[in-house]
Amino acid sequence: MSAAGVAAAVRAGARAAVDVVEEHLASIAGREDELHAFNLVLADEARAAAEEIDRRVAAGEDPGPLAGVPVALKDNLCTRGIATTCSSRILDGWRPPYDATVVTRLREAGAVLVGKTNMDEFAMGSSTENSAFGPTRNPHDLSRVPGGSSGGSATAVAAGFAAAALGSDTGGSIRQPAALCGVVGVKPTYGLVSRYGLVAFASSLDQVGPITTSVADAAAVLEVIAGHDPADSTSLPRPAPALRAVLGEGVEGLRVGVLREFVDAVDPEVAARVTAAATALESAGAKVDEASVPATTLGLSAYYLIATAEASSNLARYDGVRYGLRVDGDDITSMYGATRAAGFGAEVKRRIMLGTYALSAGYYDAYYGQAQKARTLIIRDFDAAYGSYDLLLAPTTPTTAFELGAKAGDPLTMYLSDVCTIPSNLAGHPAMSLPYGRGGDGLPIGVQLLAPALGEATMFRAAAVLEASLA
Amino acid sequence: MAGISRDDVAHVARLARLALTEEELDRFSGQLAAVLEHAADVASLDTAGVPPTAHPFPLVNVLRDDVPGPSLDRDEVLSEAPAAEDGRFRVPRILGEAP
Repeated sequence: MSAAGVAAAVRAGARAAVDVVEEHLASIAGREDELHAFNLVLADEARAAAEEIDRRVAAGEDPGPLAGVPVALKDNLCTRGIATTCSSRILDGWRPPYDATVVTRLREAGAVLVGKTNMDEFAMGSSTENSAFGPTRNPHDLSRVPGGSSGGSATAVAAGFAAAALGSDTGGSIRQPAALCGVVGVKPTYGLVSRYGLVAFASSLDQVGPITTSVADAAAVLEVIAGHDPADSTSLPRPAPALRAVLGEGVEGLRVGVLREFVDAVDPEVAARVTAAATALESAGAKVDEASVPATTLGLSAYYLIATAEASSNLARYDGVRYGLRVDGDDITSMYGATRAAGFGAEVKRRIMLGTYALSAGYYDAYYGQAQKARTLIIRDFDAAYGSYDLLLAPTTPTTAFELGAKAGDPLTMYLSDVCTIPSNLAGHPAMSLPYGRGGDGLPIGVQLLAPALGEATMFRAAAVLEASLA
Repeated sequence: MAGISRDDVAHVARLARLALTEEELDRFSGQLAAVLEHAADVASLDTAGVPPTAHPFPLVNVLRDDVPGPSLDRDEVLSEAPAAEDGRFRVPRILGEAP
């Protein structure tokens, strides 16, 4: 059942929230052992929250727009008193003293939190293999990865463990696993959703967003979590956009550009689904043309310099002093080095190293400085394209889900998984992936819609049209 | 700029406060070199006159009203620390004994 369907039934008193939760907990009990979507299942907390929702419905109170909806949270979203690990040994067992703003908003909207989902350690990865607690598997094929870094959240939704989930997207970490698991994933405009309580990876790129089974559900969840938060100084001072209200408006007259550089970067069977989506939008009245955003080809390199530079700074806080793991040393410097060596996995160390190097004396201008200028060029080229187009249409990933272990030994090959998603983060623009058919291997293929800053409403209108074209 | 030596990697590990093993130093030298080689497209870009972007939408002077509000509970925070004493985080000795 969809999140919107659950909320409507629970609000009307037609279904008990406790029954909805029990169904989802039964689904988890059935397949969690083979999928490993969760680091922690909150069965008791979910049952108690559902009972409270049912009590409020019975008392005639408004239980909120997501009443009784089981939601899974990526394990880099802080939950007060509930372990938040980022799938890292360095935070294993840490219980935050506060809730992330998005968690507070979900609770206030009546959502029932069912668990904390597995992820690549500190959101660094594209397969969820970089978890200190073992990989998550793709629910469509256990030999394949679910994508990453929000692989646990995408798997939880695709497997029916939760009606919706939250992920975080720094270079594609919501959209790429959503595509590989056959669900909807949205990276909102930077600053639309509060980052307060999202454990920081690359602060100028990180954004929280929904993963759901339908476009309408993504709209419902985004409406709840979006909007200004004074606790995040990068939060845009504006209210949440109205999205559910525009889903039926269609795409008549919208100008859609098919993003050539991204189509050129993917497998032919993925490109074919983009072509099919373009045809569907055209049939619905959009004006579709080929678009070019040349500087996006710089995205991968710019991203892996900027994101690692920011990460090397953000992750300096894991020093064994205030939270998490400590490995003792003879003095404080050796304690820092030993704690971080024992607490971080290989990919996190690699990125801290790369970022530290890109920021270090003698290399700053050549790498970090150049990457920041490439970022400007990417934004300029997007701005030029949006002078001619309302939306861009593109693939989300180069291929369908790949085999576990296939790219684990070669970081650069893994990084290329994100080539179509990274540029939106560098620009701060919204983008979403939605399932649009399957490949020859039977696995889901996602197509991606990109919009200019705060273009969510237009993006969701087109997504609704594409979703309906498959029905 | 081309290549990154093992000494460079060891130096960066010290800057990053990562006590890496010899095996890790070897492995990271090769892997970082491969990523930096890929990044040559950005490093060699002609960016004369292009300003850097640090942030997609710079908001300046984001201030809140000067009104006291609740802050995190000290004991709750310290209960999650690896070591605490007398209401403070406890760390190994930083300074030597006074002469």
